[in-house]
Amino acid sequence: MEQISYILQQVVNGIQLGAVYALIALGYTMVYGVLRLINFAHGDVFMLGAFVAYFLISKFGLPVYLVFILTMVSCALVGYVIEKVAYKPLRDAPKISLLITAVGVSLFLEYFLSLKALFTPNYIPFPRPFEIETYDLSFFVITNVQLLIFIITFISLFILYLLIYKTRYGIAMRAVSYDKETASLMGVGIDGIISFTFIIGASLAGVGGILYGIAYPQINVFMGIMPGIKSFIAAVLGGIGIIHGAVVGGLIIGLCEVFVSAFLSSTFRDGVIFIILFAVLLFRPMGIFGKRIEKV
Amino acid sequence: MRFLKESKQFLVVAFIIYVILKALFVFGVASSYIQQIVQYAVIIALTSIGLNIIYGFTGQFSLGHAAFYGIGAYTSAYLTKVLGIDSLFSYIPVLMACSVISGLIGFLIGIPILKLKDDFLAIATLGFGTLVRVFFDNSDKISDVLGGSRGFVGIPKITNLELVLFFTLFIIVITRHMINSRFGLFWRCIKDDELAASSIGINTANMKLMAFTYGCMLAGFGGAFYANLYTFLHPSNFDILKSIDFLIIVIIGGMGNIVGTILASFIWVGFIEGLRIILPSEVLDIRWVVIPILLIFIMMWRPYGIMAKKTK
Repeated sequence: MEQISYILQQVVNGIQLGAVYALIALGYTMVYGVLRLINFAHGDVFMLGAFVAYFLISKFGLPVYLVFILTMVSCALVGYVIEKVAYKPLRDAPKISLLITAVGVSLFLEYFLSLKALFTPNYIPFPRPFEIETYDLSFFVITNVQLLIFIITFISLFILYLLIYKTRYGIAMRAVSYDKETASLMGVGIDGIISFTFIIGASLAGVGGILYGIAYPQINVFMGIMPGIKSFIAAVLGGIGIIHGAVVGGLIIGLCEVFVSAFLSSTFRDGVIFIILFAVLLFRPMGIFGKRIEKV
Repeated sequence: MRFLKESKQFLVVAFIIYVILKALFVFGVASSYIQQIVQYAVIIALTSIGLNIIYGFTGQFSLGHAAFYGIGAYTSAYLTKVLGIDSLFSYIPVLMACSVISGLIGFLIGIPILKLKDDFLAIATLGFGTLVRVFFDNSDKISDVLGGSRGFVGIPKITNLELVLFFTLFIIVITRHMINSRFGLFWRCIKDDELAASSIGINTANMKLMAFTYGCMLAGFGGAFYANLYTFLHPSNFDILKSIDFLIIVIIGGMGNIVGTILASFIWVGFIEGLRIILPSEVLDIRWVVIPILLIFIMMWRPYGIMAKKTK
């Protein structure tokens, strides 16, 4: 009985982590869909989200909903600028050049924020925007932070679903990710749609950053690297370019990580995630929900 | 020995450089710190040439080169410490062992992952790099000597200028010969167009694997020298950021340009380590803000690297 409640507790913790990964993975998968680019800087937009929230809470003491809105807006702005400044001039360049540029943007964001005049490379305690309460549900306990993460993630996913499947922008975005040339012949403004994708992806990563900061209250300028890579793996696992695949992948990766930490050793958790990556790339490179692409 | 004759000019230049360096060291113009970074620069050059074979010549984008460098370093550190090696002659077999182990692991990991292309290969090699890092972090569970996340201490100091320089020269001569051989031609074919290469009868899978293994072997040599130069290893010396360092060197030096890579290594080490003597630490942090911006501009301006031959 105790064993079962321990496992259930880990499931709750895993979903908590997985929800954050899912929010980041959505940005990866959408950008990969329209540009065929692994946006390495996406993990740093997530980090930036946490830092903006830290700044807004500790310096201005804003209420939580305002923190969410302002962080999303500023992350969206950063995502937009990154795309316009770094990726757009290279759109016709070799694929690897684009990838190296993405690595460059990522390093720039990390080391620029780690300057002593700004945030320094040290860990910074993330302020609590509200008191933590714990609700005992007999089998497991759940905190209001976890509830907040579940609710915010659910709302974000619902809005994203409406955006992608019910609006003209969503149709245009799916068209671009299906075939860029044909979409532009059909009168879709490619540049606008790519910017739109980056804005949506970056604001979701910003939300992920705030939630991560609240749940694991220590932030650091390099905190985006590992969650970023793991979320990308989540996107690959679910099938890159597929929206619901990213969510399922994120939850699986989060659960795996928490279970490995709980039952093996927390030092092995990164290793296990990458073993999953190898297994996916070798045995099912199109991911769980992807369709097999016939070789031409 | 024909290839020694062919690279006579190169050897003469290298020998002059050696004499100048040795003179500076013997007459005490250069401090021991500078001597150390000169050797370090040669090690970095050796390892970066390995990455240039993989990425610059064959076009296989690897973000896990530091892992093979780390495997070489840990192997050498373990062998020299456990076997108590301190002379140069008994060190040569250790070097060979390091390179063979790095190459073998590169070979085994290369069989599955070299099927992947471009960005997926990047993420897979990056994943392998992280796995190796996790292994180093937990290595004290296997053997206490390895030190795990506390770092590997007490490695005998064997590396010296002559050994590093002449061994690297030897490797460079061999590498040049390899590149001018039919294998080098096949590698460049694969980089330009893999499909076309396979259609004219090149076994692309084998050739990619060969280039990858060879590059990893060079990284193994570099790592071994590094371990016996600094006498201390820490898993964080071999993480993703280190792999990106090698990548930046190859890009600055130009894809498929060996001399460029050597020059870039010296510029890079001079920039990163050398500036430490001159500038105060507050200014030093800005290095890492400038480098990524530089990288982005290089990609926009000359996507095949600064010193690369111009392509249409």
